[in-house]
Amino acid sequence: MSKMTMAQAINTALRDAMTADDSVVVFGEDVGALGGVFRVTDGLHRDFGESRCFDTPLAESGIVGVAVGMAMNGMRPVVEMQFDAFAYPAFEQITSHVAKLGNRTRGRLRVPVVIRIPYAGGIGGVEHHCDSSEAYYAHTPGLTVVAPATNADAYGLLRAAIEHPDPVIFLEPKKHYFAKEDVDLASPVLPIGRAVVRRPGRDATLIAYGPSVPVALGAAAQAATEGRDLGVVDLRTIVPFDDDTVCAEVRRTGRAVVIAEAPGFASVASEIAARLGERCFHHLEAPVRRVTGFDVPYPAPKLEHHFLPGVDRILDAVDTLQWPDSREVTA
Amino acid sequence: MSADELAQAITVARALEETGRLVPGTAAPDADALVEGYRRLVSARRLNEQAGALVRQGRLAVYPSSRGQEACQVACASVLADDDWLFPTYRDTAAIAARGVDPVEVLSMLRGDWHCGYDPTVHKVAPQATPLATQLLHAVGVGHAARLKGEDTVVMALCGDGATSEGDFHEALNFAAVFAAPVVFFVQNNKYAISVPLARQSVAPSLAAKAIGYGMPGVRVDGNDLVVLEQVLAEAVGRARAGQGPTLVEADTYRMESHTNADDATRYRTDDEVAEWVGRDPVVRVKTYLTAVGALDEAREQRITAAAEEMAASVRAGLGTEAPVDPEELFAHVYGTPTPQLVEQRAALRIELDGEEA
Repeated sequence: MSKMTMAQAINTALRDAMTADDSVVVFGEDVGALGGVFRVTDGLHRDFGESRCFDTPLAESGIVGVAVGMAMNGMRPVVEMQFDAFAYPAFEQITSHVAKLGNRTRGRLRVPVVIRIPYAGGIGGVEHHCDSSEAYYAHTPGLTVVAPATNADAYGLLRAAIEHPDPVIFLEPKKHYFAKEDVDLASPVLPIGRAVVRRPGRDATLIAYGPSVPVALGAAAQAATEGRDLGVVDLRTIVPFDDDTVCAEVRRTGRAVVIAEAPGFASVASEIAARLGERCFHHLEAPVRRVTGFDVPYPAPKLEHHFLPGVDRILDAVDTLQWPDSREVTA
Repeated sequence: MSADELAQAITVARALEETGRLVPGTAAPDADALVEGYRRLVSARRLNEQAGALVRQGRLAVYPSSRGQEACQVACASVLADDDWLFPTYRDTAAIAARGVDPVEVLSMLRGDWHCGYDPTVHKVAPQATPLATQLLHAVGVGHAARLKGEDTVVMALCGDGATSEGDFHEALNFAAVFAAPVVFFVQNNKYAISVPLARQSVAPSLAAKAIGYGMPGVRVDGNDLVVLEQVLAEAVGRARAGQGPTLVEADTYRMESHTNADDATRYRTDDEVAEWVGRDPVVRVKTYLTAVGALDEAREQRITAAAEEMAASVRAGLGTEAPVDPEELFAHVYGTPTPQLVEQRAALRIELDGEEA
């Protein structure tokens, strides 16, 4: 067990994967000598050389398209999109090829590419640096979408993503890059597609992923002081979605709030709420609530705290879950 | 860049005149090799005709013909070694067949069976790309990976004149040049992107001239001249194999038919323009030359025609019947292992199908 930041945990995962498998290559913008704008690839170019970790021209579609070709020829590329909204030029490559090539060729060409994307907000970033873009990827059949919330998960899930036979969109909550936590590097590579119960709770279930998990845990801690026992489920993987774990928790508590930074309309949070409605209706004591970003472009730094789901907004939503003798749902 | 390098990117290189005579000062091509090239041209032409007929009979949904571009189709495949890769577009069925893939497998996509009918790993032919220029980046990736692994694989990446306007064309050429990737970018400039003429894609002195901006050689050739195409493409392949990086080759050719059967070319081009290109036919040109030098007699011609007819018959037989499709296959290849959600959906479809059968 050692203390490290999420950036260090991801760096260690890349380093360990590159050591374990010569076909793993890391490339993107500024990932070489600089070590990435978040220093996630720090030292990889120095230690593994130009053929294993290299800078590319500044062209995201090119980075992803070249990764597809390298994967066709036996490599396991791990590419970095510098920021969430910088990945959009690569959208056609991701949706038309990364996601579909395996299906198109009846599994004869698999594309084991990992696309790492520093994502989401909370850093006071200027425009195009804070998008929560997961819905685009989650909506695209063929992509596996992973969103770690803790430093240990960032390590274990990235190792799993790199070993995965299918392409993985790996969403790194950039707000947590530099927070230190305990990481057990001896722990096994985590399974993709399995959620984890971060905090058991009797009264209601908070469902979150990525940067919203710590917020949900904060809300649960606050609620505990007020006599409410809230559980927290961390999805870890958005696609494939772990219906079993999520539904088991919600059936037990009968109340659920889904929390995510992305705008709520047509979002991953909406999908989860719909699934709970379909699968857990007879166990529900109240409509499933969503606490998400507003349906607006990601705001300027001085306004982002109004946009991001916070503890108070989550607890307000919890209050509306038709508790005995409580006020009606007003949403 | 020298004046010569600029000139070769703009001036159209040619070995055989439109009349079938050798351009003065050109070395005579090996006659037997050219007869083999002619056999492939005849086969490619026959395939275009047969596929068009299958569309009219309702057997294929659509066919983007390469009639008029057969010299390009044949040359780009014939210069490759077995371990090289070909990255074709939807219009390159004849090139894929020239590479050795059974045309029945290629065309089964257009019968609607699946999005790719052949196994790309067998002949090292990528799936036919529909989104323009996107495949050029994959070609660069395959080439760059080969180079990192110490393999001397060369990648032939095809696109048309319309695709040169796409962003991925630029990114692919730039990546390839920066990494000295072993890729030959082969642009079949057939003058139209569906209806939009070349003049609306680019006002550059030539498409090959774009190579200069990327720092790679650009060569412009007569795309209806098999002899010069094979020379120039073989040289580009040789450069790539020797570690000297990519080349952009532009073939000056013409799409003799509409974009597909669903298109009507009379709405945007004149019969006179088409007629002008009939006189530059790539198949006739080689036949005239070979006949004049005495390398193609009637018996040989008959054998070549018979072989093409045999291929066409096999295509008719292979595509003349409906192939069964399996609804459950919808879920089989989306992921290496179907997700729990896909397993559920497959089961739901199964119940639906069982209900229909009951």
